[in-house]
Amino acid sequence: MKLLVCISKAPDTTSKIAFTDGNTKFSEAGVQFIINPYDEWYALVRALELKETLGGTVTVINAGKADSEQIIRKALALGADDAVRIDLDPADAYQVAANIAAYAKTEQFDIILTGKETIDYNGGVVGGMLAEMLDLPYVSMSSKLDVDGTTIKIEREMEGVKETVQVKTPCVISAQKGMAEARIPNMRGILASKTKPVKVINPDVTVVKAGVKVFALPAEKTGCKMISPDDAAQLVGMLHNDAKVI
Amino acid sequence: MTNLVFAELSNGKLRKTSHEVVAYSCKLGPTTAVAIGQADAGELEKLGAYGVTKVLHVNDQRLNNVFSKAYTKILVEAAAMVGADTILLSHNSAGKSIAPRVAVRWNASLYPGVNSLPENGSIRKAVFSGKAFADLTLGEGLKVITLNPNSYKPEITGGSATIEALTINVADADFDYTVLSIEDESGGHIPLPEAEIVVSGGRGLKGPENWGIIEDLAGALGAATACSRPVADIGWRPHHEHVGQTGITIKPTLYIAVGISGAIQHLAGVNQSKVIVVINKDPEAPFFKAADYGIVGDAFEVLPKITEAVKKLKSEG
Repeated sequence: MKLLVCISKAPDTTSKIAFTDGNTKFSEAGVQFIINPYDEWYALVRALELKETLGGTVTVINAGKADSEQIIRKALALGADDAVRIDLDPADAYQVAANIAAYAKTEQFDIILTGKETIDYNGGVVGGMLAEMLDLPYVSMSSKLDVDGTTIKIEREMEGVKETVQVKTPCVISAQKGMAEARIPNMRGILASKTKPVKVINPDVTVVKAGVKVFALPAEKTGCKMISPDDAAQLVGMLHNDAKVI
Repeated sequence: MTNLVFAELSNGKLRKTSHEVVAYSCKLGPTTAVAIGQADAGELEKLGAYGVTKVLHVNDQRLNNVFSKAYTKILVEAAAMVGADTILLSHNSAGKSIAPRVAVRWNASLYPGVNSLPENGSIRKAVFSGKAFADLTLGEGLKVITLNPNSYKPEITGGSATIEALTINVADADFDYTVLSIEDESGGHIPLPEAEIVVSGGRGLKGPENWGIIEDLAGALGAATACSRPVADIGWRPHHEHVGQTGITIKPTLYIAVGISGAIQHLAGVNQSKVIVVINKDPEAPFFKAADYGIVGDAFEVLPKITEAVKKLKSEG
């Protein structure tokens, strides 16, 4: 089974969010970057599990500049066989999807996996775009994935509903919690990752369709109004009369 | 802008998010709505109250479930039919699976998960898991916009919509997959991402047998219940109730967190709530910094008092 996992570089969850250049650029000073958790914990780990039980290869692909190297090596340390980096500082989801699709067309992948969204841009649309560009079925929000030959059985968790579906390879799947458990790379994996191949390719598509004009930070909370536990019932009056939310 | 808006049906009924996105679309410009699959009698006419005068209905039983490919075909063909330059959907599970396909097939710019109406040539969405906003440049050409649930309060304008049957030839190849089964996990409650009020419990409740006080308050408020990650991971509550970074992101008008310390991963899923109430016996719980109202105290004493007060308020109202 030939698997492609799309990984994105994202700031660690605990990062302080700040912007530079007139609020047009994310400030990377002091920020620790990680593989986007949905891409790593669920999509990549499930792909590795499938490779371990069924055989085959796992390729990771990232749209990013040279500073993506660290997260790509982590994916290789976890067990991916090789990596492709599209040398691009992505400006929107379309750019990312169009370039991954252009690469995927040159290979015959059975399954292309993405996380359900990135924790920085929070768009959640690259998988759907890929499916349309490659004319493949798209199964989003997948929380369980089992393969039987060319048939894949998937559970999808959506607004209060669990849907079980059956899809044929090749296809595009977006992953969420439940599909696999996070792994930690072992020493052998880390050593092996240093010599695994990372192919750097130039982007085919550089058009920006919906770029960011400017970033903004939300207004600071004005402070928490504390209520004594003995007066807990007064909370209800405040929520009704002041906040007007009940 | 000339708009086509997707009004999603679930078991024959319009979703709350459908009302939101229809009202949002009507505010932006002249709008035609499209509904797909079986609808209860009189259901689609109700969209008139949100400002739309015409609803195109593809009444095809094969399409009662959402299939991104088939729905894309319908939306793109309907958009051409009505001369739309913008297609709008909710940024829920259905919208997130359909919109990217529509944007590619239609060669449009996609604005995913916006929070408000466009202003000064841009449109705002939350980024960095609610810790910042990005204003996206609105281009001249075709657009696909998805609206975050609970981000736009629909105005009820009155009026009734006329329904027109729409036939689009959907072939077997337009179905992405076969649905084997559908399990309703909601227990008849409003889905968590659509809920206006959410009461959420954490490890401070000490065990699943103590969830009665959460459910009582939620019941009195007409709220949905949620939980923190550790509680879902140890099996006290079902996974679909887990809000936070790896669980689901919600944006209710009121979020009441009980016995949840407020780890940054939890905040990432709830920090867009309009008003946050935190009840925790630890005065140092980080959640108080993100809260609007706080009570330092024992949930088992505090919650029943609040529930009683809510019941009293509702009985007076």
